[in-house]
Amino acid sequence: MEITVAEALVRCLEQENVELVFGYPGGAILPVYDALCNSVIKHVLVRHEQGAAHAADGYARMTGRVGVCLATSGPGATNLVTGIANAYMDSVPMVLITGQVSASQIGTDAFQEVDITGITIPVTKHNYLVKDPNQLPQIIRKAFHIASTGRPGPVLIDLPKDVAQAKIKFTYPKNIHLPGYRPTYKGHRAMVSQAGKIIMESNRPVIYAGGGVRIADAAPELRELAETISAPVTNTLMGLGCFPGEHPLFLGMLGLHGTRYANLAVTECDCLIAVGARFDDRVVARIDGFAPGAKIIHIDIDPAEISKNMRADLPIVGDVKRVLEALLPLLKKKKNTEWMARVQAWKKEYPLNYRIDGTLKPQLIIEKIYELTGGDVVVVTDVGQHQMWAAQYYKYKEPRSFITSGGLGTMGFGLPAAIGAQMGAPGQKIILITGDGSIQMTLQELGTAMEQKLPLKIFVMNNRQLGMVRQLQEFYCDKRYIAVNFQYDLDFAALGRVYGMAGYTIETPEQLAEMLPEILAANRPVMVNCLINGEENVLPMVLAGANIGEAID
Amino acid sequence: MTHTLTVLVENTPGVLARVAGLFSRRGFNIDSLAVGRSEDPGVSRMTIVVEGDDQILEQVTKQLHKLVDVIKITDVSRDDFVDRELVMIKVKTETSTRAEIMQLVDIFRARIVDVGPKTLTIEVTGYESKINAFEKSLRPFGIMEMVRTGKVAMLRGFKSTTIDESQKKEDVY
Ligand SMILES: Cc1ncc(C[n+]2csc(CCOP(=O)(O)OP(=O)(O)O)c2C)c(N)n1
Repeated sequence: MEITVAEALVRCLEQENVELVFGYPGGAILPVYDALCNSVIKHVLVRHEQGAAHAADGYARMTGRVGVCLATSGPGATNLVTGIANAYMDSVPMVLITGQVSASQIGTDAFQEVDITGITIPVTKHNYLVKDPNQLPQIIRKAFHIASTGRPGPVLIDLPKDVAQAKIKFTYPKNIHLPGYRPTYKGHRAMVSQAGKIIMESNRPVIYAGGGVRIADAAPELRELAETISAPVTNTLMGLGCFPGEHPLFLGMLGLHGTRYANLAVTECDCLIAVGARFDDRVVARIDGFAPGAKIIHIDIDPAEISKNMRADLPIVGDVKRVLEALLPLLKKKKNTEWMARVQAWKKEYPLNYRIDGTLKPQLIIEKIYELTGGDVVVVTDVGQHQMWAAQYYKYKEPRSFITSGGLGTMGFGLPAAIGAQMGAPGQKIILITGDGSIQMTLQELGTAMEQKLPLKIFVMNNRQLGMVRQLQEFYCDKRYIAVNFQYDLDFAALGRVYGMAGYTIETPEQLAEMLPEILAANRPVMVNCLINGEENVLPMVLAGANIGEAID
Repeated sequence: MTHTLTVLVENTPGVLARVAGLFSRRGFNIDSLAVGRSEDPGVSRMTIVVEGDDQILEQVTKQLHKLVDVIKITDVSRDDFVDRELVMIKVKTETSTRAEIMQLVDIFRARIVDVGPKTLTIEVTGYESKINAFEKSLRPFGIMEMVRTGKVAMLRGFKSTTIDESQKKEDVY
């Protein structure tokens, strides 16, 4: 029996066990939505396509599965672009399906025509324009495979309307042929044993672990590695959660706003084991000042990350979990007593801290949330100072308990990502830590959250300003503040109530202590307007041009 | 250092844009790029000449490999290879210079492919330095127009840059 390509597409999604898609309809994607009527797949209607992309992204980060998005041609497709770039930078598996004008009209500047495959080449792992109706099942199969394997990433499929309406005989292919796509999973044996030797010979090892550990599900192996060789562990922003926040070997986050002791340990180590991390400039600061005396072992599934930013002494390309599994048997228990003592002394001497002065401090809010939740929630953030405080002051236990936009640093990511995460894990308590700037970038998605009855707890760290940029202007522009203060005071509690949420305002530490238990226990959506001290800076801070060991605090 | 890469790519519509875009996006310089069908109908062969030290070349190669459409990359310049380029040059002529130009054509084993009342169009193939020398010797006469195909290259002897057997199989999941 013949079915339309649009129907085949929906069947393909079912074959890939897609349970929900985030999207926004329009003319060019009409046939696909029509076909969706007869499917078990749930469609979540967002309020803006960027929201769909971030929601699919949050869903994917939460579940480890592929997030799926639908949008129409032209503006629908371009609205996805920020969300695609965001997923690309953080290696999130996504499949995005856009409608396109009919194949016969392509290239004529037709109504709502835009070359979305051209636009997204730099921000997708791969993309397809479907021209031959019979190719669709193959393409969907390949898209899911490419998105979810190797170093994951977003794949876009552009489907012209007339192709979607064409009829084909449907079979879902079992085999696909991708001669140019062969990720390496198994680490090179000689390299792994060489790494074992370097590690056993080191006296001052440090593990620098990134998002790759979460993606590869390698948290247990990472922990075993650290405990076996007595190496302190520092995480990148993307890696937070893949090593227990309360573990004595944990150093917190490193880099520009990392802990002093993580940055000092990296600076002084003689062996740096980089696991699923990519030496991003926000981590490394000055290249010649980063782990200057260390042998660098770099384990990553993406060969292009090796020696891209920093020369690795020993590269191992492969799946982090499999490489660690191969490495562990080669190691023997070691203590590094002297090194451990030095690291512990740094921890005592340079703890994270902030001044307690009776005003409502954002750091305090995060600490209190941690105290009350014990790390058993998922924290989603936006981008700015509040994001850094959430990274510094909350202690993450589980690999998927912290969801944040790292590589692209996308303000507006938080709310839709929290929606996606909650849809992927309905029983999970989700806390969104956002800023008054960031949340206003995708505020419209409150409608989506309420429609889906999601009991999100939203904490707006309201400093009436774009705090992170204000901080930059304070340090780098001699406090010449421009375009960072909001003149209009928005009452986020009242705003939440307009949407049918419970709204709270917290202005003092006392109110925080009093209201927080109730807020966190509520099983309905809550919007908390936290009127925080607007003078606060994120510290420590590595100033431009300095080494990470030279942070100010 | 100049490197000559032979890149096998799937013959898909966007592939040239992907490869060219990658070079500009990552700040790599292309000296020349030539692309056409290969012995396999589904596969095109590109010859890309890039300038850069070993570290740049390593990044170029790895980034190219990340493109799903790129099947195989060989740096033929690490081995024994031949490269050629085809050039057409339209040169101004006068009765007084025609004979001299034709003599140069002979010396360089070029060919005249079009004769106009005041022009000669000459085709020459060869390696780069020969072509450059030919161009230089024609300059004084007045070159109106020149077009170059970009280099194509091939390994010498039994070695080749064709697809490995293992890459021909379908993947089963
Ligand atoms: C889409 C986008 N635009 C601009 C920026 C630059 N930027 C980084 S942080 C920041 C301020 C964020 O303000 P807010 O959300 O209120 O958080 P705060 O820093 O005050 O905690 C800005 C404008 C960005 N990261 N993303």
